[in-house]
Amino acid sequence: MRIIVCAKQVPDTSEVKIDPKTNRIIRDGVPSILNPDDANALEEALLIKDSQPDTEVIVVSMGPPQAKDMLIECLAMGADKCYLLSDRAVGGSDTWATSNAVTSLIEKVVEECGPFDMIFAGRQAIDGDTAQVGPQIAEKMHLPQVTYVQKFEISEDKKVVTVQRQLEDGYEVIEVPTPCMLTCIKELNNPRYMTVSGIVKACKADAPIYVKSAKDCGCDLSKVGLEASPTVVFRSFTPAPKAPGQIIQGEDERTQSQNLLAKLKEKHAI
Amino acid sequence: MNFQLSKEQEKVRELVRKFALAEVEPIAADIDKEHRFPKENVEKMAKLGMMGIPFPAEYGGAGSDHISYAIAVEELSRVCASTGVIVSAHTSLCCWPIFNFGTEEQKQKYLPDLLSGRKLGAFGLTEPNAGTDASGQQTKAVDMGDHWLLNGAKVFITNGGYADTFVVFAMTDKSKGNHGITAFIVEKGFKGFSIGKTEDKLGIHASSTTELIFEDCIVPKENLLGEVGQGFKIAMATLDGGRIGIASQALGIAQGALDVTVDYMKSRKQFGKSLNKFQALAFEVAEMKTRIEAARLLVYSAAFKKDQHMPYSVDAAMAKYYAAETAMYVTTKAVQLHGGYGYTTDYPVERMMRDAKITEIYEGTTEVQKMVISGAVFK
Repeated sequence: MRIIVCAKQVPDTSEVKIDPKTNRIIRDGVPSILNPDDANALEEALLIKDSQPDTEVIVVSMGPPQAKDMLIECLAMGADKCYLLSDRAVGGSDTWATSNAVTSLIEKVVEECGPFDMIFAGRQAIDGDTAQVGPQIAEKMHLPQVTYVQKFEISEDKKVVTVQRQLEDGYEVIEVPTPCMLTCIKELNNPRYMTVSGIVKACKADAPIYVKSAKDCGCDLSKVGLEASPTVVFRSFTPAPKAPGQIIQGEDERTQSQNLLAKLKEKHAI
Repeated sequence: MNFQLSKEQEKVRELVRKFALAEVEPIAADIDKEHRFPKENVEKMAKLGMMGIPFPAEYGGAGSDHISYAIAVEELSRVCASTGVIVSAHTSLCCWPIFNFGTEEQKQKYLPDLLSGRKLGAFGLTEPNAGTDASGQQTKAVDMGDHWLLNGAKVFITNGGYADTFVVFAMTDKSKGNHGITAFIVEKGFKGFSIGKTEDKLGIHASSTTELIFEDCIVPKENLLGEVGQGFKIAMATLDGGRIGIASQALGIAQGALDVTVDYMKSRKQFGKSLNKFQALAFEVAEMKTRIEAARLLVYSAAFKKDQHMPYSVDAAMAKYYAAETAMYVTTKAVQLHGGYGYTTDYPVERMMRDAKITEIYEGTTEVQKMVISGAVFK
């Protein structure tokens, strides 16, 4: 079995701040991490590899050369190979242009490694929160897709995947033939840690991290990059900070209500 | 000169930090209160390759280096010094002497289980009357022809209650003093070998510290480690490496105490402003931070020299002496900066202060380190 996992290096948004004047992300000193939902996608592929050791797990990503750092983490967790599309020509891509570029990269991976059974992607990246790239890749590759996957089973002949798709108030069960695209959510699993020996191997000069240019992947340059992107970010903003809520204490309901009334009066709310 | 960690070392820090925050910190206060050895976390660390970091893959190690190992002990100790010393004693005091002095058969027999963490290691040198003066060994080993017979007792043995494999020292020829000491590999379950009382200590409550008792303990001939009479040399070389581990533990304790103190000072307000706005208090933090960075350089420098196969025993002694004093200095200040809260178990700094003290004592007291350092100066 061969599984392709789409991963993105993102700034750790728990440490990101936005400059209120320029509305730009202050990236200085903010660590970059493997996008959390993508870690769930990779974990699911690795769980399949654990039970079926002949499974090959290939991570694909697009980003600046520093994204290799995240791919080292993917290898150290147990991925077999990583491909990074890194090229100025694809810089500034929106989701449409990104999915064009990543589709070309996946086609390159298929050319070099052979056909795949499934593509896993995270539901969405924590920096853009669009949840569009995975589904767009599936559309462009004419693959059936299921988003918000919280659980799935693969048939013995590996031809059909039965998927639980998360809904707001429950889930639906969907069957899809392989090859297919599944986008994963955090409820699917708990991503494993790297291992020390995995780190040692992943940091060697000959570690299987392959960096490709747009040309290598045969990208149509009129469909990738900033210029080709039909959407632009108009404005980013930080929601105004709210004061934390307060839980009114009291021995019983009566005292709690009295305390609540006292507070409301104190604030001149009533 | 290059002060930058390698990508591998950075990633090891990232891994151990993540593990420590998710798995170790949440239970650190509880296992201290309960005096409970964190067996479950030792098993988890084993799976991640943290019980054999600086040893080659051919024996089941992770294939990394001593800087990565020092970083791992530091990051664990930053949240729990007991967990840090479990890894340190296992790695430096049991795995390393077998790796360095063992025969190929011994390495094949013991290292895969130890380095993968399936088994835990310990080291037995100290006795009631033989601490700093190792030549006072009263544990005796007698050559019985087809086996060795050990009689005696060891005290203050880290990991004692949970270890499977012990590197033990015994006197084979009293008349030769230090040259009459010999090292052996002893397994839990050897006839005549038992674990004595568990020590009740000031700190590192979750680390198991016990007596080892040998009563006509039968040790197979092939479990002699190194040569007869080479024990003192093996012990001293082992402790040189062990000091890097304990220095890393001390460094981690100090860093952990600084971390929580900085957070506390930013949130605690007195006289209408947070504590970090008082320059006198902020300067205390500057002092703590500077000492920690100095200790870190000494520790990584000693580990670097070990990796480069350069002489490092004086470096390890300086690292241990300075890092241990730093741990004591920083944790004491941390408690002070927390005020009354720092004296309670609601905050981790009192535990860190109790844990820090041992780093000035075990694997060679601060005084022993100064003997090593001054001895080298006046050589």
